[in-house]
Amino acid sequence: MNADRMTWRQRFNSAAPIIALSILTFPIIIGFIWIFISTFSHTTYGLEPQGRLTLENWSFLWKDPKIWDVTLNTIILSVGQTIGVVALSALAGYALSRLSFPGRKTFLAMTLILHSFPAVTLLIAIYFVLRWINRIPILGNDIPVIGGFGYNTLGGVILVQLALQLPLGMWLMKGFFDNVSWDLQRAALIDGCSHFRAWWQIILPVIRPGVAALAIFSFVTGWGSFLIPYTFITDQENSVLAAYLRGMMGETAPVSYGTVAAVGLFQLIPVMIFFIFTQEYLMNIFSGGSKGGT
Amino acid sequence: MAVTTRTATAAPPKEGVLRKLRSASIGFWFMSPAVILVVLFFFIPSIIVFGLSMTNLSTSTGFQNYDWVGFENYHKIFTHPDAGPTALRTIFYVGATLALFNVGMALVVALLSTHIPRRAGFIFRALWLLPRLTPSVIYIMMWKFMAAASPYGILNRYFPFLGGQNLLPDAPWVFVILTNGFIGASFGMILFASAIESIPRDFMNAALVDGCNAWQRIRYVILPALRWPLLFVTTYQTLSLLTSFEQIFILTDGQFGTEVWALWSYHRALSNYWGNFQWGFGAALAVVLVVIGAVAAVIYMRFFQFNQLVQEPLVEAL
Repeated sequence: MNADRMTWRQRFNSAAPIIALSILTFPIIIGFIWIFISTFSHTTYGLEPQGRLTLENWSFLWKDPKIWDVTLNTIILSVGQTIGVVALSALAGYALSRLSFPGRKTFLAMTLILHSFPAVTLLIAIYFVLRWINRIPILGNDIPVIGGFGYNTLGGVILVQLALQLPLGMWLMKGFFDNVSWDLQRAALIDGCSHFRAWWQIILPVIRPGVAALAIFSFVTGWGSFLIPYTFITDQENSVLAAYLRGMMGETAPVSYGTVAAVGLFQLIPVMIFFIFTQEYLMNIFSGGSKGGT
Repeated sequence: MAVTTRTATAAPPKEGVLRKLRSASIGFWFMSPAVILVVLFFFIPSIIVFGLSMTNLSTSTGFQNYDWVGFENYHKIFTHPDAGPTALRTIFYVGATLALFNVGMALVVALLSTHIPRRAGFIFRALWLLPRLTPSVIYIMMWKFMAAASPYGILNRYFPFLGGQNLLPDAPWVFVILTNGFIGASFGMILFASAIESIPRDFMNAALVDGCNAWQRIRYVILPALRWPLLFVTTYQTLSLLTSFEQIFILTDGQFGTEVWALWSYHRALSNYWGNFQWGFGAALAVVLVVIGAVAAVIYMRFFQFNQLVQEPLVEAL
């Protein structure tokens, strides 16, 4: 179709989907613009900043030392969770895709069911499991940095978050492994590779995009996680950014939306950076990997 | 001759058993870390939650003085004055969010974004993915500010006819559905969009040549191709919505009549104002959801030809 031969009607027809999409997407765009604007102003009326722009909202960065503890905790949580999810899912996914062993089918069916009802329903029981881990010496609550793996420790939260993501991770990894050609693996095994070496040196490099997708997704989930840290960590010192932010919003004193938004943006920046550079990988997580298993 | 055939037929099973054992032990090493965690945080909690639901364990009974009460908690739920309204609210919340956003909006955005230049479509889909990736506390704060009272709130600022007061108590469900919907739509959107893009170009062109208009093309070419993704998204998202309460918890905390079933359970067992955590009763409330979820999951595995998904690996049959 030649551009200058297009009638108005045709032009409208080709522009209409974009216009419709823009209208539907409008609330999302407005919301994120508001966060950005309000972090640099005293007060905003709608989207309009009142008075001069200011950096005062960001003063929590140097005035409130707690923010750095909380940030460090959030980093530990998301990095720990990511490493755990990727390593365990890749190991289990390989076995589920490439090895036959008794119980394989049952396990796949079970995890699919588990994945189907988000395990938030199990929070009450997980509380008791964590309390029980607390009683194990050393492992319970005497580990440096993460505090241990029990209730009210960062390690416990990492463990729970990791476990809750495993069903998705394993099915996803299984889907990626399923797509790797059998010939490649057969060649490796016939040449005398052990299964572990074939997994580490031959197959994993092939599915790097899949691993990246899972890692990014898991990091972003960990970074923004709120409910599990909020439920299983009681003291503020060990808390994460989301819980800290929620604490600010819940205070009965008049809330300075600007400061809250600034903390929010502070938490959002890493996600944004991740998002801009890795969106193509991220799309894999829903469409590329598992055949309908996600 | 007979002897050699016998040995030839006898040998492979022995080798097969050995190979199977070896494969099983390798499988065991690969699986064990994941299995331990799944057992610790899924299987054991499932059992505990069933067990707890049969007790009257709470902060006031402590861990020593609780009693086994059988099905009394369930009896209490079904005769509880809040049970009916909460169930209805949950059905309304799940149904409305699913129809309007997780399936409806997802389909609209997928259709529109696959009928514009690729690059533009990609940008729009990325924007729709953003709410899912944004930490929920910030995301909800954004919506709270949209609804805030005049002169701060965005909606009140630009639509004066709304009245100027905080909109959240007036229309709690609108905001509950919007907040959850804008997160939920991206899941279906991506699955639908990739299904639409995999429809052979010839089909589309044939429809064009035959003089189909846009609506007919959607109705007779695209929708039939989306049957499985539609069914999958509907079932899967029903289960997610049924048990999700994080957004509602942050947005209204169940105020203004928005307490859904999952939130009710959470409040009773882990977070309430009186400080009396009723683990037993809360667990029974959770079990109701688990049962609904498990039944739905089994039905949906039937639908999606589970056996094809889990066929035996080929490598052992070299």
